[in-house]
Amino acid sequence: MKELWELFWTFAKMGAMTFGGGMAMLPILQREVVDSKHWATEEELMDYYAIGQCTPGIIAVNTATFIGQKYRGWLGGIVATLGVVFPSLVIISILAGLITNFSHLAWVKNAFAGIQVCVCVLIFNAVVKLLKKSVVDRRTAAIFLLVLAGGVFLSISPVWFVITAALAGIVLKNLEVRGK
Amino acid sequence: MMVYLKLFWEFFKTGLFAIGGGMATLPFLKNIGETTGWYTYGDLMNMLAVSESTPGPIGINMATYVGYTVSGIPGAFIATIGEVTPSIIVILIVAMMLKKFRDNKYVNQAFYGLRPASTGLIGAACVAVVLEVLTSIESVKPAAGEGIVNAFRIAGDSLLNWRGLALAAVLLVLTNWVKPVKNWHPIVFIGISAVVGVAFGFAGV
Repeated sequence: MKELWELFWTFAKMGAMTFGGGMAMLPILQREVVDSKHWATEEELMDYYAIGQCTPGIIAVNTATFIGQKYRGWLGGIVATLGVVFPSLVIISILAGLITNFSHLAWVKNAFAGIQVCVCVLIFNAVVKLLKKSVVDRRTAAIFLLVLAGGVFLSISPVWFVITAALAGIVLKNLEVRGK
Repeated sequence: MMVYLKLFWEFFKTGLFAIGGGMATLPFLKNIGETTGWYTYGDLMNMLAVSESTPGPIGINMATYVGYTVSGIPGAFIATIGEVTPSIIVILIVAMMLKKFRDNKYVNQAFYGLRPASTGLIGAACVAVVLEVLTSIESVKPAAGEGIVNAFRIAGDSLLNWRGLALAAVLLVLTNWVKPVKNWHPIVFIGISAVVGVAFGFAGV
Protein backbone atom coordinates (compact mmCIF):
# COMPACT_ATOMS: atom_id res chain seq x y z
CA MET A 1 0.00 0.00 0.00
CA LYS A 2 2.83 2.36 0.91
CA GLU A 3 4.52 1.60 -2.41
CA LEU A 4 1.34 2.36 -4.37
CA TRP A 5 0.90 5.63 -2.53
CA GLU A 6 4.51 6.56 -3.28
CA LEU A 7 3.90 5.72 -6.95
CA PHE A 8 0.78 7.89 -7.06
CA TRP A 9 2.44 10.80 -5.29
CA THR A 10 5.63 10.72 -7.38
CA PHE A 11 3.68 10.71 -10.65
CA ALA A 12 1.30 13.40 -9.40
CA LYS A 13 4.33 15.60 -8.68
CA MET A 14 5.70 14.93 -12.16
CA GLY A 15 2.33 15.72 -13.74
CA ALA A 16 2.25 19.04 -11.90
CA MET A 17 5.81 19.90 -12.95
CA THR A 18 5.36 19.09 -16.63
CA PHE A 19 4.65 22.13 -18.72
CA GLY A 20 3.80 21.29 -22.31
CA GLY A 21 3.70 17.97 -24.11
CA GLY A 22 4.97 14.54 -23.12
CA MET A 23 8.46 15.41 -24.37
CA ALA A 24 8.80 18.05 -21.67
CA MET A 25 8.41 15.29 -19.12
CA LEU A 26 11.46 13.25 -20.11
CA PRO A 27 14.13 15.10 -18.09
CA ILE A 28 11.86 15.05 -15.03
CA LEU A 29 11.27 11.31 -15.47
CA GLN A 30 15.00 10.69 -15.74
CA ARG A 31 15.64 12.51 -12.50
CA GLU A 32 12.79 11.03 -10.46
CA VAL A 33 12.37 7.51 -11.80
CA VAL A 34 15.93 6.61 -12.82
CA ASP A 35 18.23 8.63 -10.55
CA SER A 36 16.21 9.01 -7.37
CA LYS A 37 13.76 6.08 -7.09
CA HIS A 38 15.53 3.47 -9.27
CA TRP A 39 12.20 2.17 -10.59
CA ALA A 40 13.70 1.74 -14.07
CA THR A 41 17.09 2.02 -15.76
CA GLU A 42 17.95 4.71 -18.28
CA GLU A 43 17.68 2.15 -21.12
CA GLU A 44 14.30 0.89 -19.93
CA LEU A 45 12.99 4.45 -19.72
CA MET A 46 14.15 5.10 -23.30
CA ASP A 47 12.42 1.91 -24.46
CA TYR A 48 9.20 2.87 -22.66
CA TYR A 49 9.35 6.32 -24.18
CA ALA A 50 9.92 5.02 -27.70
CA ILE A 51 7.03 2.55 -27.37
CA GLY A 52 4.88 5.16 -25.63
CA GLN A 53 5.14 7.30 -28.74
CA CYS A 54 4.03 4.56 -31.11
CA THR A 55 1.19 3.13 -29.08
CA PRO A 56 -2.19 4.86 -28.91
CA GLY A 57 -2.80 7.64 -26.40
CA ILE A 58 -0.92 10.34 -24.53
CA ILE A 59 2.85 9.71 -24.32
CA ALA A 60 3.13 10.79 -20.67
CA VAL A 61 0.33 8.40 -19.70
CA ASN A 62 1.80 5.49 -21.63
CA THR A 63 5.19 5.97 -19.98
CA ALA A 64 3.62 6.26 -16.53
CA THR A 65 1.68 3.01 -17.04
CA PHE A 66 4.87 1.23 -18.14
CA ILE A 67 6.92 2.33 -15.14
CA GLY A 68 4.09 1.68 -12.68
CA GLN A 69 3.50 -1.84 -13.99
CA LYS A 70 7.20 -2.64 -13.87
CA TYR A 71 7.39 -1.58 -10.22
CA ARG A 72 4.10 -2.97 -8.85
CA GLY A 73 2.33 -4.94 -11.61
CA TRP A 74 -0.94 -3.95 -13.31
CA LEU A 75 -2.24 -2.16 -10.21
CA GLY A 76 0.94 -0.09 -10.19
CA GLY A 77 0.33 0.80 -13.85
CA ILE A 78 -3.15 2.08 -13.05
CA VAL A 79 -2.04 3.97 -9.92
CA ALA A 80 0.86 5.71 -11.73
CA THR A 81 -1.52 6.81 -14.50
CA LEU A 82 -4.07 8.14 -12.02
CA GLY A 83 -1.21 10.02 -10.37
CA VAL A 84 -0.02 11.67 -13.57
CA VAL A 85 -3.54 12.89 -14.53
CA PHE A 86 -4.52 14.03 -11.02
CA PRO A 87 -2.96 17.55 -11.13
CA SER A 88 -4.59 18.20 -14.54
CA LEU A 89 -8.00 17.26 -13.18
CA VAL A 90 -7.70 19.63 -10.24
CA ILE A 91 -6.03 22.59 -12.01
CA ILE A 92 -8.15 22.51 -15.16
CA SER A 93 -11.44 22.07 -13.28
CA ILE A 94 -10.68 25.16 -11.17
CA LEU A 95 -9.53 27.22 -14.17
CA ALA A 96 -12.42 26.12 -16.37
CA GLY A 97 -14.86 27.15 -13.65
CA LEU A 98 -13.21 30.58 -13.34
CA ILE A 99 -13.08 31.16 -17.09
CA THR A 100 -16.74 30.19 -17.49
CA ASN A 101 -17.67 32.79 -14.86
CA PHE A 102 -15.71 35.59 -16.53
CA SER A 103 -16.22 34.69 -20.20
CA HIS A 104 -18.94 37.33 -20.67
CA LEU A 105 -16.50 40.21 -19.96
CA ALA A 106 -15.36 42.17 -23.00
CA TRP A 107 -11.65 42.07 -22.15
CA VAL A 108 -11.77 38.30 -21.63
CA LYS A 109 -13.40 37.89 -25.05
CA ASN A 110 -10.78 40.13 -26.67
CA ALA A 111 -7.94 38.29 -24.93
CA PHE A 112 -9.18 34.93 -26.14
CA ALA A 113 -9.66 36.28 -29.68
CA GLY A 114 -5.95 37.20 -29.61
CA ILE A 115 -5.00 33.87 -28.08
CA GLN A 116 -6.87 31.99 -30.81
CA VAL A 117 -4.57 33.55 -33.41
CA CYS A 118 -1.59 32.33 -31.39
CA VAL A 119 -3.08 28.83 -31.18
CA CYS A 120 -3.31 28.74 -35.00
CA VAL A 121 0.42 29.46 -35.20
CA LEU A 122 1.26 26.91 -32.50
CA ILE A 123 -0.69 24.16 -34.28
CA PHE A 124 0.93 25.10 -37.59
CA ASN A 125 4.39 24.88 -36.00
CA ALA A 126 3.51 21.50 -34.50
CA VAL A 127 2.48 20.21 -37.95
CA VAL A 128 5.74 21.43 -39.53
CA LYS A 129 7.77 19.74 -36.80
CA LEU A 130 5.85 16.46 -37.19
CA LEU A 131 6.20 16.62 -40.98
CA LYS A 132 9.97 16.44 -40.71
CA LYS A 133 9.71 13.23 -38.67
CA SER A 134 6.83 11.49 -40.41
CA VAL A 135 7.23 12.31 -44.11
CA VAL A 136 10.40 10.47 -45.09
CA ASP A 137 9.80 9.62 -48.77
CA ARG A 138 7.30 10.04 -51.60
CA ARG A 139 4.84 7.47 -50.32
CA THR A 140 4.62 8.95 -46.84
CA ALA A 141 4.23 12.37 -48.52
CA ALA A 142 1.30 10.96 -50.51
CA ILE A 143 -0.33 9.53 -47.37
CA PHE A 144 0.09 12.89 -45.62
CA LEU A 145 -1.48 14.84 -48.51
CA LEU A 146 -4.37 12.39 -48.97
CA VAL A 147 -5.27 12.43 -45.27
CA LEU A 148 -4.88 16.23 -45.15
CA ALA A 149 -7.28 16.65 -48.10
CA GLY A 150 -9.64 14.01 -46.73
CA GLY A 151 -9.70 15.70 -43.34
CA VAL A 152 -10.48 19.11 -44.84
CA PHE A 153 -13.09 18.09 -47.43
CA LEU A 154 -14.76 15.03 -45.94
CA SER A 155 -17.00 14.81 -42.93
CA ILE A 156 -15.99 11.42 -41.54
CA SER A 157 -14.42 10.30 -38.28
CA PRO A 158 -10.59 10.44 -38.02
CA VAL A 159 -10.80 6.80 -36.89
CA TRP A 160 -11.25 5.68 -40.52
CA PHE A 161 -8.14 7.52 -41.67
CA VAL A 162 -6.09 5.93 -38.89
CA ILE A 163 -7.25 2.38 -39.69
CA THR A 164 -6.75 2.86 -43.45
CA ALA A 165 -3.29 4.37 -42.98
CA ALA A 166 -2.13 1.47 -40.77
CA LEU A 167 -3.26 -1.02 -43.42
CA ALA A 168 -1.66 1.09 -46.17
CA GLY A 169 1.64 1.05 -44.27
CA ILE A 170 1.60 -2.74 -44.06
CA VAL A 171 0.63 -3.18 -47.74
CA LEU A 172 3.19 -0.64 -49.03
CA LYS A 173 6.04 -2.11 -46.99
CA ASN A 174 5.22 -5.64 -48.16
CA LEU A 175 5.06 -4.58 -51.81
CA GLU A 176 8.47 -2.96 -51.33
CA VAL A 177 9.93 -6.22 -50.02
CA ARG A 178 8.50 -8.17 -52.95
CA GLY A 179 9.69 -5.60 -55.47
CA LYS A 180 13.29 -6.16 -54.43
CA MET B 1 -26.42 9.43 -17.33
CA MET B 2 -26.47 9.05 -21.11
CA VAL B 3 -24.18 12.04 -21.54
CA TYR B 4 -21.60 10.44 -19.22
CA LEU B 5 -21.65 7.19 -21.20
CA LYS B 6 -21.30 9.07 -24.47
CA LEU B 7 -18.49 11.18 -23.05
CA PHE B 8 -16.62 8.08 -21.88
CA TRP B 9 -17.09 6.33 -25.22
CA GLU B 10 -15.99 9.34 -27.31
CA PHE B 11 -12.83 9.79 -25.22
CA PHE B 12 -12.16 6.06 -25.15
CA LYS B 13 -12.11 6.18 -28.98
CA THR B 14 -9.84 9.24 -28.88
CA GLY B 15 -7.41 7.51 -26.53
CA LEU B 16 -7.42 4.39 -28.69
CA PHE B 17 -6.94 5.98 -32.11
CA ALA B 18 -4.96 9.18 -31.44
CA ILE B 19 -1.36 8.21 -32.04
CA GLY B 20 1.61 10.45 -31.28
CA GLY B 21 0.73 12.36 -28.15
CA GLY B 22 -1.44 15.27 -27.04
CA MET B 23 -1.71 17.24 -30.28
CA ALA B 24 -2.85 14.07 -32.10
CA THR B 25 -6.05 14.14 -30.05
CA LEU B 26 -7.01 17.52 -31.57
CA PRO B 27 -8.63 16.14 -34.78
CA PHE B 28 -10.67 13.76 -32.62
CA LEU B 29 -11.80 16.51 -30.26
CA LYS B 30 -12.76 18.62 -33.27
CA ASN B 31 -14.80 15.70 -34.61
CA ILE B 32 -16.53 15.22 -31.23
CA GLY B 33 -17.50 18.91 -31.18
CA GLU B 34 -18.88 18.70 -34.72
CA THR B 35 -20.94 15.56 -34.22
CA THR B 36 -22.33 16.31 -30.75
CA GLY B 37 -22.56 20.12 -30.78
CA TRP B 38 -21.07 20.19 -27.27
CA TYR B 39 -18.65 23.02 -28.16
CA THR B 40 -17.49 25.12 -31.13
CA TYR B 41 -14.06 25.41 -32.80
CA GLY B 42 -13.59 28.68 -30.92
CA ASP B 43 -14.27 26.96 -27.60
CA LEU B 44 -11.85 24.18 -28.52
CA MET B 45 -9.09 26.65 -29.34
CA ASN B 46 -9.56 28.43 -26.03
CA MET B 47 -9.30 25.07 -24.31
CA LEU B 48 -6.12 24.25 -26.22
CA ALA B 49 -4.58 27.59 -25.22
CA VAL B 50 -5.39 27.02 -21.54
CA SER B 51 -4.09 23.42 -21.79
CA GLU B 52 -0.77 24.63 -23.19
CA SER B 53 -0.42 27.25 -20.46
CA THR B 54 -1.08 25.07 -17.40
CA PRO B 55 0.91 22.22 -15.83
CA GLY B 56 0.24 18.67 -16.96
CA PRO B 57 0.37 16.83 -20.28
CA ILE B 58 -1.56 18.77 -22.96
CA GLY B 59 -3.64 15.78 -24.05
CA ILE B 60 -4.88 15.19 -20.51
CA ASN B 61 -5.53 18.88 -19.89
CA MET B 62 -7.64 19.06 -23.05
CA ALA B 63 -9.63 15.95 -22.16
CA THR B 64 -10.30 17.33 -18.68
CA TYR B 65 -11.31 20.72 -20.06
CA VAL B 66 -13.63 19.31 -22.73
CA GLY B 67 -15.21 17.00 -20.14
CA TYR B 68 -15.70 19.94 -17.78
CA THR B 69 -17.28 22.01 -20.55
CA VAL B 70 -19.74 19.22 -21.33
CA SER B 71 -20.86 18.35 -17.80
CA GLY B 72 -18.81 19.90 -15.00
CA ILE B 73 -16.44 18.11 -12.66
CA PRO B 74 -17.95 14.61 -13.17
CA GLY B 75 -17.54 15.20 -16.92
CA ALA B 76 -13.90 16.23 -16.47
CA PHE B 77 -13.25 13.04 -14.52
CA ILE B 78 -15.08 10.73 -16.94
CA ALA B 79 -13.50 12.19 -20.09
CA THR B 80 -10.01 11.86 -18.63
CA ILE B 81 -10.57 8.30 -17.40
CA GLY B 82 -12.06 7.44 -20.81
CA GLU B 83 -9.00 8.78 -22.60
CA VAL B 84 -6.44 6.91 -20.46
CA THR B 85 -8.28 3.56 -20.30
CA PRO B 86 -7.14 2.34 -23.76
CA SER B 87 -3.55 3.41 -22.92
CA ILE B 88 -3.57 1.36 -19.74
CA ILE B 89 -4.98 -1.71 -21.48
CA VAL B 90 -2.65 -1.47 -24.48
CA ILE B 91 0.48 -0.79 -22.42
CA LEU B 92 -0.23 -3.60 -19.95
CA ILE B 93 -0.53 -6.01 -22.90
CA VAL B 94 2.55 -4.62 -24.66
CA ALA B 95 4.57 -4.79 -21.43
CA MET B 96 4.02 -8.54 -21.32
CA MET B 97 5.70 -8.96 -24.69
CA LEU B 98 7.95 -5.93 -24.83
CA LYS B 99 10.68 -7.25 -27.09
CA LYS B 100 8.29 -8.96 -29.49
CA PHE B 101 6.34 -5.72 -29.90
CA ARG B 102 9.40 -3.57 -30.63
CA ASP B 103 10.69 -6.00 -33.22
CA ASN B 104 7.34 -6.91 -34.75
CA LYS B 105 7.37 -6.46 -38.51
CA TYR B 106 3.70 -5.55 -38.83
CA VAL B 107 3.81 -2.98 -36.04
CA ASN B 108 6.70 -1.19 -37.73
CA GLN B 109 5.01 -1.36 -41.13
CA ALA B 110 1.75 -0.01 -39.75
CA PHE B 111 3.59 2.93 -38.21
CA TYR B 112 5.16 3.76 -41.56
CA GLY B 113 1.60 4.66 -42.65
CA LEU B 114 0.31 5.91 -39.32
CA ARG B 115 2.87 8.66 -38.72
CA PRO B 116 2.17 10.69 -41.88
CA ALA B 117 -1.59 10.07 -41.47
CA SER B 118 -1.53 11.42 -37.92
CA THR B 119 0.33 14.50 -39.18
CA GLY B 120 -2.23 14.86 -42.00
CA LEU B 121 -5.11 14.80 -39.53
CA ILE B 122 -3.51 17.49 -37.36
CA GLY B 123 -2.82 19.44 -40.57
CA ALA B 124 -6.52 19.26 -41.48
CA ALA B 125 -7.46 20.47 -38.01
CA CYS B 126 -4.96 23.30 -38.53
CA VAL B 127 -6.65 24.29 -41.81
CA ALA B 128 -10.04 24.29 -40.08
CA VAL B 129 -8.92 26.55 -37.22
CA VAL B 130 -7.05 28.91 -39.56
CA LEU B 131 -10.19 29.30 -41.70
CA GLU B 132 -12.26 29.85 -38.55
CA VAL B 133 -9.99 32.42 -36.91
CA LEU B 134 -8.29 34.24 -39.79
CA THR B 135 -10.91 34.22 -42.55
CA SER B 136 -14.68 34.28 -42.83
CA ILE B 137 -14.77 31.11 -44.93
CA GLU B 138 -17.10 28.60 -43.31
CA SER B 139 -16.90 24.88 -43.74
CA VAL B 140 -20.45 23.50 -43.91
CA LYS B 141 -20.98 19.89 -42.87
CA PRO B 142 -23.44 17.89 -44.98
CA ALA B 143 -26.74 17.10 -43.27
CA ALA B 144 -27.32 13.49 -42.22
CA GLY B 145 -27.93 11.29 -45.24
CA GLU B 146 -26.62 13.88 -47.73
CA GLY B 147 -23.19 12.44 -48.36
CA ILE B 148 -19.91 13.11 -46.63
CA VAL B 149 -18.43 16.01 -48.65
CA ASN B 150 -18.14 19.42 -46.95
CA ALA B 151 -19.25 22.64 -48.67
CA PHE B 152 -17.56 26.01 -48.15
CA ARG B 153 -19.09 29.48 -48.04
CA ILE B 154 -18.14 33.01 -47.10
CA ALA B 155 -19.93 34.37 -44.03
CA GLY B 156 -19.44 38.05 -43.22
CA ASP B 157 -18.40 41.15 -45.18
CA SER B 158 -14.62 40.89 -45.22
CA LEU B 159 -12.97 37.69 -46.41
CA LEU B 160 -9.82 38.08 -44.31
CA ASN B 161 -9.27 39.03 -40.69
CA TRP B 162 -6.40 41.45 -41.32
CA ARG B 163 -5.50 42.20 -37.73
CA GLY B 164 -5.46 38.50 -36.94
CA LEU B 165 -3.29 37.78 -39.99
CA ALA B 166 -0.82 40.48 -38.99
CA LEU B 167 -0.49 39.03 -35.48
CA ALA B 168 -0.17 35.52 -36.93
CA ALA B 169 2.64 36.67 -39.27
CA VAL B 170 4.56 38.27 -36.41
CA LEU B 171 4.13 35.18 -34.22
CA LEU B 172 5.17 32.89 -37.05
CA VAL B 173 8.42 34.80 -37.48
CA LEU B 174 9.07 35.02 -33.73
CA THR B 175 8.46 31.31 -33.08
CA ASN B 176 10.51 30.05 -36.03
CA TRP B 177 13.30 32.38 -36.95
CA VAL B 178 14.18 34.80 -34.16
CA LYS B 179 16.83 33.58 -31.71
CA PRO B 180 16.55 33.16 -28.76
CA VAL B 181 12.84 34.05 -28.78
CA LYS B 182 11.88 30.96 -30.77
CA ASN B 183 12.89 28.68 -27.89
CA TRP B 184 10.65 30.40 -25.40
CA HIS B 185 7.74 28.46 -23.94
CA PRO B 186 4.42 28.80 -25.84
CA ILE B 187 2.88 30.36 -22.73
CA VAL B 188 4.88 33.54 -23.48
CA PHE B 189 3.39 33.88 -26.96
CA ILE B 190 -0.09 33.07 -25.65
CA GLY B 191 0.35 35.85 -23.08
CA ILE B 192 1.56 38.36 -25.69
CA SER B 193 -1.39 37.48 -27.94
CA ALA B 194 -3.87 37.97 -25.11
CA VAL B 195 -2.45 41.46 -24.47
CA VAL B 196 -2.56 42.30 -28.19
CA GLY B 197 -6.14 40.97 -28.35
CA VAL B 198 -7.24 43.24 -25.51
CA ALA B 199 -5.26 46.28 -26.75
CA PHE B 200 -6.70 46.12 -30.28
CA GLY B 201 -10.16 44.74 -29.40
CA PHE B 202 -9.76 41.56 -31.43
CA ALA B 203 -13.21 40.24 -30.62
CA GLY B 204 -14.77 43.52 -31.72
CA VAL B 205 -16.51 44.08 -28.37
